Amino acid sequence: MSSSKALSGMAYLDRTPRRLVTLYLPLGLMLVFLLFPFYWMAVTAFKPDAEMYDYEKFNPFLIAHPTLENFRKLFLETDYPAWMTNTVIIAVTSTFISLFSSVCAAYAIERLRYTGSRYFGMAIFLAYLVPPSILFIPLATIVFRLGLFDGDLALIMTYPTFLIPFCTWLLMGYFRTIPYELEECALIDGASRLQILTRITLPLAVPGLISAGIFAFTLSWNEFIYALTFISSSENKTIPVGAITELVNGDVYHWGALMAAALLGSVPVVIFYSFFVEHYVSAMTGAVKE
Amino acid sequence: MRLLDERNVMGAMFMLPAAAILILFLAYPLVLGLWLGFTDTKIGGAGRFVGLANFVSLAKDSVFRLSVFNTVLYTVVASVVKFGLGLYLALLLNKSLPFKSLIRAAVLLPFVVPTVLSAIAFWWIYDSQFSIISWVLIKLGWIDRYIDFLGDPWNARWSVIVANIWRGIPFVAITLLAGLQTISSSLYEAATLDGASAWRCFRHVTLPMLAPIIAVVMTFSVLLTFTDFQLIYTLTRGGPINATHLMATLSFQRAITGGELGEGAAIANAMIPFLVAAILFSYFGLQRRRWQQGGRD
Repeated sequence: MSSSKALSGMAYLDRTPRRLVTLYLPLGLMLVFLLFPFYWMAVTAFKPDAEMYDYEKFNPFLIAHPTLENFRKLFLETDYPAWMTNTVIIAVTSTFISLFSSVCAAYAIERLRYTGSRYFGMAIFLAYLVPPSILFIPLATIVFRLGLFDGDLALIMTYPTFLIPFCTWLLMGYFRTIPYELEECALIDGASRLQILTRITLPLAVPGLISAGIFAFTLSWNEFIYALTFISSSENKTIPVGAITELVNGDVYHWGALMAAALLGSVPVVIFYSFFVEHYVSAMTGAVKE
Repeated sequence: MRLLDERNVMGAMFMLPAAAILILFLAYPLVLGLWLGFTDTKIGGAGRFVGLANFVSLAKDSVFRLSVFNTVLYTVVASVVKFGLGLYLALLLNKSLPFKSLIRAAVLLPFVVPTVLSAIAFWWIYDSQFSIISWVLIKLGWIDRYIDFLGDPWNARWSVIVANIWRGIPFVAITLLAGLQTISSSLYEAATLDGASAWRCFRHVTLPMLAPIIAVVMTFSVLLTFTDFQLIYTLTRGGPINATHLMATLSFQRAITGGELGEGAAIANAMIPFLVAAILFSYFGLQRRRWQQGGRD
């Protein structure tokens, strides 16, 4: 942070007209490019059908007569409420399972230092690099054989495969920053390993836990390919899968309902994210910097 | 000795939950997938070992070869542009700005919002009759009829690439920004006093200091782009006439929609050599050098 302050110390050399061309203009264009799809999604979600398909009579960038009709359709005529419940249940449970497993694993690798712990650390990192696109076919056969097909459990059990490596890797970095001496003191005072973990290490690693938790939650909320493959009945789907498979009837696209579904499915993660931006950013950059 | 024993027992107990899940649902499927690629397994039936038959038939399959071409094109173009624009955005955000944290939070939105849901917005933006881009361009008088974004093979390829770039820029920009903030400003001051221009500061201070983090970010970016599935599935499902099929979407189509699990697994396995090559390249090509941490090379 000190460097950015020092940089602003030299920035007085830039005059305003120059900054306009080299900084504000390109930044503005970039922001328009990055944010326009969301604006368009929101505008369309509140438009009545008559406006949505008539750009001549109504300015397409504005809404003349905002309506909640699309949302009404979504909630009363589709399984959207069920998709939303499923998505929440799956995201929350898989996040908690992953956090629990990752805390234990990261603590063991970093602090117990059992024989071969370094190799497990490497293995966890390699597991992080295995993409779901090459796992979903064999996983589908396993899920089917275990009798989990077409149920929440299929996703609750498989999402940790990409959440645990990420969370463990992140938490290993956090545990490394906690001074070893604290644990030694507790050990001398007669605390057990479990007490040390729950009373000393975990409270100090809370920022890391929050970062890992938020990231895991958004990752499972966004997951698509497993949910598409392992779930078949409409009422068991998650929001992304339901929106893309159930709201399109043949060639008839219900654009209003689709946009309402997309907007409503994005809002919870965005709100969640906005509360914890700093943690989110530190999770994202922390996992990369190690 | 007892302490060591106890430590290993404790270690095993602590590792158990993570190890159980990762072995059953990650390591085992990985091996199973490799095996499936050598069998003729179909949905609802046991398969036979067929050796390299799947790979031989894929090598003659023009759709598969097209999907390899598409995947490489998609990965190379999208990664290069994501890197360029992402680095540029990171440099802009590293300057002193009003509302900096707000802007940074807004920049990350495409990365946070579920890809499929933002892809639905792109789907509507690319609509053949009601595309807002076409409408604006017509109003400006630059074109005279609506662009068929997703109906024409090359238009569709560029359209999905743009959507992928849109989604990928924030990740590159924000991680590189974090890297930029760790570069000591004294390096820039020293370079400026020695008469270095802005370009030379960037070329000889910023880039070398940033190289290790660029390596990691781009490895992840290439990995995610190469194995992308969601965007294509939402926008085109591989069409028109297979023009946008990536290896991942083709393997889904053959294995899940078509029921040919063995063939689908073989396509997925064909991605592995490319992924390993990408990882090794960035690992050896751009790994951390000692002088970047103040030591001698």
